[in-house]
Amino acid sequence: MKITRRGLIGSLGAGAGGLLLSGCDKINANPGVRSLLQSAEGLTMRAQRIVTNRSAMAREFSAADLSPVFRANGTRQPIGSDYAAHSAAGFADWKLAIDGAVSRPQSFSLAQLRAMPRRTQITRHDCVEGWSAIGKWTGVPLKLLLDAAGLRTSARYLIFHCADRYSQADYYESIDLIDAFHPQTILAWALNDAILPIANGAPLRLRVERQLGYKHAKYVQRIEAVESLAGQGLGKGGYWEDYHDYEWYAGI
Amino acid sequence: MGSETANDVPQPEPPRGGDLVRRHRLSTRLWHWVNAFTVFVMLMSGLMIFNAHPRLYWGEYGANSDQPWLQIGATGGGRGIVNLAGHKIITTGVLGVWKDSHGVERRKAFPYWATIPSSYSLADARIWHFFFAWVLVIGGLGYWLVSFYNRHVQRDLLPTRDEIAPRHIWQDIRNHARLRFPTGIAATRYNILQKMAYLSVLFGLLPLMVLTGLTMSPGINAAWPWLLDVFGGRQSARLIHFLCAFGLLLFIVVHLVMVVLAGPFNEVRSMITGRYRLPKERGE
Repeated sequence: MKITRRGLIGSLGAGAGGLLLSGCDKINANPGVRSLLQSAEGLTMRAQRIVTNRSAMAREFSAADLSPVFRANGTRQPIGSDYAAHSAAGFADWKLAIDGAVSRPQSFSLAQLRAMPRRTQITRHDCVEGWSAIGKWTGVPLKLLLDAAGLRTSARYLIFHCADRYSQADYYESIDLIDAFHPQTILAWALNDAILPIANGAPLRLRVERQLGYKHAKYVQRIEAVESLAGQGLGKGGYWEDYHDYEWYAGI
Repeated sequence: MGSETANDVPQPEPPRGGDLVRRHRLSTRLWHWVNAFTVFVMLMSGLMIFNAHPRLYWGEYGANSDQPWLQIGATGGGRGIVNLAGHKIITTGVLGVWKDSHGVERRKAFPYWATIPSSYSLADARIWHFFFAWVLVIGGLGYWLVSFYNRHVQRDLLPTRDEIAPRHIWQDIRNHARLRFPTGIAATRYNILQKMAYLSVLFGLLPLMVLTGLTMSPGINAAWPWLLDVFGGRQSARLIHFLCAFGLLLFIVVHLVMVVLAGPFNEVRSMITGRYRLPKERGE
């Protein structure tokens, strides 16, 4: 093998670059470094909560601002015979259960939810990936359902159990009570004046407008009030949090 | 050199070419190195975040079915392509389609050597980005406060009336183009092009990065909706964030070239120890 100066410099450069990169990746994988870096999430959440009024509203837009196409992401078609049967029946027998740390566990049919007072809001949906779409959502304010069930004082979080599996696990998400009782937090059953499509979470989808898209659980079938997130999944409060290290607080 | 004063007390002579002088304050040096590291982490983790959705739009919304202003992707034939406002540029090997360190072809916008982490992970990039965002903001605000308090900004960075005369700026551009850098006592002060570059980064690009970053946050949008009006929407803010990041990159490249041209040992020493050897006056 002939060693040329150019070749030598090139391979030294590539070697140094490779070392630097593998060094970076080692640092990235170090658990101590990761937990230090992840500690910023708590700081970000507290800082955002300090500057944001509890009931500060996400901007609402006009019909002229709607995205021509509202992009669907994540699960677009849940698998399994149960969901297929519900879908074939137009979700006539779909039940939303509210249980856990509540005084009066509830079960609502879709017809009951659609008959309740509704809220319609044109808001911007922000995916963690970076894209945004503006859509018109109609649904029942979550507060009404929580009032009916009567949260016990021990309840601190709501877990949303979904009907879809995403790669290796059942999809779920969780929010705290500040977001649960926010006026724009609704369980939506319509998008852009039409019955909510399956790709966007039919028959019920959470809207929690001040956070990123993965918090907006689709195919919601059960809401569980809990004291702690430790008992569910891997304990980080959601599918993406458990398996992919997304932040539980998705305000940024 | 100068005559002694009437009462025979010797006056300290002004420093001249060859003297070692104090040039950078501790606050400037500390912030410089913390920031040098932080800005690189922010740029590289930012490019990984961009890779999750390699399209930029103007306005409130923007997703795959909407018309992007910039898109980095791959053609059906497997070539890397950048589409900038309708102009297509083939970038195979660098952007869109490239080989990773094992020689495996990848189809992502920015290549492994430009991102943190080097293999695709939006979650990890966000963890790095939002930790170092705090370092950037706290360090930057601290530097602002200290530098106004010790009058670094007023004394060293703000241009004088004479300096902003077009004639003076033109002269400084010519000096730079001919690589005639200041010597002697003049080398202890920033020239007008340096002042304009540093001021535009300190009070232009860096605050813009932070504000457009916050405009992308749905939480902050609820608290400060005026940010959306200032930048024309969340997707516009994302586009401006990206452009300002390349503005910072351009500044860093020019900065490093100037350090090399002006004498890297002396320049780097002055940013570590604060001491700088004045270049000798020409003709000595």
